[in-house]
Amino acid sequence: MIDKLIDYLQYPFVIYALIVGILIAFCSSLLGVTLVLKRFSFIGDGLSHVAFGAVAIASVLKITNNTLLVLPITIICAILLLRTSKSTKIKGDAAIAMLSVGALGLGYLLMNIFSTSSNVTGDVCSTLFGATSILTLNSLDVWICIGLSVLVLVVFILFYNKIFAVTFDEDFALATGTNSNIYNLIIAITIALVIVLAMNLVGSLLISALVIFPALSAMRVFKSFKSVIICSACFSVFCAALGMIISILEGTPVGSTIVAMDILGFIIFWIIGLSRKGLAK
Amino acid sequence: MALLTCSNLNLGYDGTIVAEQLEFVVNSGDYLCIVGENGSGKSTLMKTILGLKNPISGSILFGDDLKRNEIGYLPQQTVVQKDFPASVKEIVLSGCLNSSGFNPFYTSAQKKKAQASMERMGILDLASSCYRELSGGQQQRVLLARALCATRKMLLLDEPVAGLDPKVTVEMYGLISSLNKDSGITVIMISHDISSILRYSSHILHVDRSQLFFGTTTDYLQSEVGAMFNGGVSQ
Ligand SMILES: Nc1ncnc2c1ncn2[C@@H]1O[C@H](COP(=O)(O)OP(=O)(O)OP(=O)(O)O)[C@@H](O)[C@H]1O
Ligand SMILES: [Mg+2]
Repeated sequence: MIDKLIDYLQYPFVIYALIVGILIAFCSSLLGVTLVLKRFSFIGDGLSHVAFGAVAIASVLKITNNTLLVLPITIICAILLLRTSKSTKIKGDAAIAMLSVGALGLGYLLMNIFSTSSNVTGDVCSTLFGATSILTLNSLDVWICIGLSVLVLVVFILFYNKIFAVTFDEDFALATGTNSNIYNLIIAITIALVIVLAMNLVGSLLISALVIFPALSAMRVFKSFKSVIICSACFSVFCAALGMIISILEGTPVGSTIVAMDILGFIIFWIIGLSRKGLAK
Repeated sequence: MALLTCSNLNLGYDGTIVAEQLEFVVNSGDYLCIVGENGSGKSTLMKTILGLKNPISGSILFGDDLKRNEIGYLPQQTVVQKDFPASVKEIVLSGCLNSSGFNPFYTSAQKKKAQASMERMGILDLASSCYRELSGGQQQRVLLARALCATRKMLLLDEPVAGLDPKVTVEMYGLISSLNKDSGITVIMISHDISSILRYSSHILHVDRSQLFFGTTTDYLQSEVGAMFNGGVSQ
């Protein structure tokens, strides 16, 4: 087993894939806490469907590097969703459901009608659940991924204090002169970035798992914002690395293997949380 | 010009008026108490002053070069989500954010200020505790410490002593009064504690659907509504 792994690690593309996977897992976990606490997780879900629709459009237009199209479309939708979800709760929810289901349906329709590929179902499946192997990433993909990850990390560090304030108590932030709208916007755009990034690794249907599981797990055990974020980043990276190694060795689909590891990790953290509570009593 | 001028102000939700025809000014250095029965629109007024909601009609003017990021605020209720992971220190520090500008990190002066406000509120030993696991009174003190961090010119407090024990209540009034007298911070406070109001405040605004009284505390005691309110409470 170990021999086989070391064997694989000789190939640069395996190393690249691991690097990309770990970066993506790291970035998507950063905003997870904010997303969960601000009840934005549904926006993440809606956006991932939009991203799927955008991929379909890209493949119809035969754009070779679809990130260039998917990224702006997803960002625009993130901004729109944030606006609607603010005005009235119920209407906002409906708007998100409409957008996400609509994008999913139309995306599939487009791919079916216009695709010249012989394996439409396979294409759709890999967009939804992630490529069966991220080993097929070309070097441009890798560089785009590294660039976007660095961008997400820098934005997160620069706006960390503001993100905390806006997440904890938006009214107080607004009342004392912090422009929460701008920071909500920054959060939304960063979510869009993360989703586009993570499409490659786990596919659009499984992105939410990558965002939400690390945050929820860390929140079971840790009590301060900073420690929860650090823990969820480590959690996410560990699960992603483990999932990828298993998938390389066993030939299982990357995305679902990583999600399986996340679920396993969540259960472990949940038990730790429970036993801590039990001890405290 | 006055620090805050409200004229012909009508407040409410979704077009339904809660309080109407409010007309008052707050000058720099004032200690204004807003009194009135439950549901008379006091918190609504404070939220409107803070720009958290729009008035139905009328105007609120900031003067004396007062900016929003020089105001500290203690909400009556802070709905914090049940699972929110945040330490006391993180929350108090977030009060300093409005003096950060574009600086992405807290300066050591800001950290000192947070430390000092925690000390004032007697929660230094709770600094690394989890906010959601504190008692109601302890949580109130954390939010007060946060409000102190945000305050540079004006402090708005919505029932600051609700839930505090008698000892801390007395300290709290002393603290607010010293901020007002020694540091020149303008205070606007909502309270039901009439004896402390009369003792500390310089001005009183009495609302009950409309404005029943606005003026100095001495005048209030002489007025009909003031005598009634005061008598009604102390009996
Ligand atoms: N979000 C809201 N939407 C609609 N109506 C509201 C809302 N908040 C308060 N109200 C109504 O506005 C009126 C005034 O409420 P407000 O909270 O300003 O009272 P208050 O003077 O602060 O009372 P208390 O002394 O109990 O704090 C109440 O009748 C209340 O029902
Ligand atoms: Mg109130």
